[in-house]
Amino acid sequence: MDDKDLELLRILEENSRLSAQEIASMTALAPAEVEARIHVLEDTQIIRKYTTVVNWEKAGNGEVSAIIELKVSPERDYGYDRIAERLSRFRQVKTLRLMTGTYDLQLLVSGKNMQEVSRFVSEHVAPMDRIRETATHIIMKSYKENGNILFLQQEPERLPYSF
Amino acid sequence: MRNFISERAHDIPPSGIRKFFDLVLTMEDVISLGVGEPDFRTPWNICESGIYSIEQGVTSYTSNKGLLPLRETLSRHLKERYNLTYNSDDEIIITSGVSEGLDIAIRAIVDPGDEVLIAQPCYVSYAPCVTLAGGIPVPVECTESDHFKLNPDTLQEKLTPKTKVLMINFPNNPTGAVMNRKDLEAISDIVTDHDLLLISDEVYSELTYEGSHVATGTVGDLWQRTITLNGFSKAYAMTGWRVGYLCAPKDICDAALKIHQYVMLCAPVMGQVGALEALRSAEEEKNSMVNEYRLRRNMFVSGLNRIGISCHVPEGAFYAFPSVKGTGLSDVEFAERLLKEQRVAVVPGSVFGAGGDYHLRCAYAVSRNKLSEALSRIETFISGL
Repeated sequence: MDDKDLELLRILEENSRLSAQEIASMTALAPAEVEARIHVLEDTQIIRKYTTVVNWEKAGNGEVSAIIELKVSPERDYGYDRIAERLSRFRQVKTLRLMTGTYDLQLLVSGKNMQEVSRFVSEHVAPMDRIRETATHIIMKSYKENGNILFLQQEPERLPYSF
Repeated sequence: MRNFISERAHDIPPSGIRKFFDLVLTMEDVISLGVGEPDFRTPWNICESGIYSIEQGVTSYTSNKGLLPLRETLSRHLKERYNLTYNSDDEIIITSGVSEGLDIAIRAIVDPGDEVLIAQPCYVSYAPCVTLAGGIPVPVECTESDHFKLNPDTLQEKLTPKTKVLMINFPNNPTGAVMNRKDLEAISDIVTDHDLLLISDEVYSELTYEGSHVATGTVGDLWQRTITLNGFSKAYAMTGWRVGYLCAPKDICDAALKIHQYVMLCAPVMGQVGALEALRSAEEEKNSMVNEYRLRRNMFVSGLNRIGISCHVPEGAFYAFPSVKGTGLSDVEFAERLLKEQRVAVVPGSVFGAGGDYHLRCAYAVSRNKLSEALSRIETFISGL
């Protein structure tokens, strides 16, 4: 990892669809070098995945998401890891984090509708051993996701010429 | 009725791109590379502080010199960032943009008949401001073969007993040229030997892509004979806030302050509050904008050279200054036809004075998508020539 790798990561994080050719022209590297560096970053799992930021609300698929807070009794020798890893395997769990504060694990869960989300929580999550308490917060509207603003911003008008 | 227009106002030539301006307003789907300002919005933390200050009723005049906390923070910033020493009490004036700083600097220094050397190509207001102050603007041409740096020999040739001031702007608008320490040292001897004053417009200082900016006032003995002008517009995407600053030794600063207090009173207070916030908390936002300009520069300049328009690599600012000599068109013809035929707006280089002929100023402060569309339109245009 050097400064050039970091630069490539920043560029790809912002737009992963750029071609090696395009990235090369921006960074003054040879296209072959860009490709080689990206391969290394992929092989070493520094680049985990190429993905798309979707405004699902606008896409109108009616998906419902909720933040679930869990209070968990940690296991001897494993702490929170085993239960967190089990929960992570569920397709419905999009994000899972261990938190400081009044609860332990925080889940972002998505489903087709409210019933699906609540069924998932009540049938799969809540009954698990060591989960002492759950609190479910339905997401009403998302304004920003992963650094991306989702509401429409009007572009201010620019002068065609200025010095 | 008499003609009331003063001779001075009458004699100032109108802006060289008026006709382009009129033309572009009649057209749709124009990609403009003609805009000399960042396309980013002002970082939100800066906006928020401005909004909050208005809510708190901070809407009055400030001291003529500007808010003291801003001058104090700026004084520390200049020391840390450029090793420039200006004290906040009597060596810094907060101005309404560098444009005002330029005007009051010239008026504080120039007497009628004084000759003012202007390194060109340069920002369009330099010569008119000198003329308005009764001075005589004398262009000193920076050429492409020198990478648009100021050549000491050319400078030497323009000196006369009437020469009083040298005005420079590096990183340069429109060429993107940068003067490193060695380049400035070569100029420094001439300035000192001929007892000149230097007005150094360093508004693009933060937009330096190779190495770091060398402030003119830190070279040799130049500090005592330098007026440093800088501002927040370009680095922090704050053009509309109108905040710049003038730094100079006390006696010069005092003279400029007299003019500033009568013509401007003070820079807008909300702008000053925003500027203070910029210095305190917008370093990261600034760096990410500068980094983006650098990527665009690489992409755009390599693109121009690829399609056969020769362009040196600009080391600073956000302008590419390619040559169109090879096309057989003048810069004005090229710019006019490019606008009409392919709807890409650029500024003909001759607008920026000596050395600008046969060049175009292309501001790459637009999104990469637009830059790549502009490149393909320019390619279509030149393949039809």
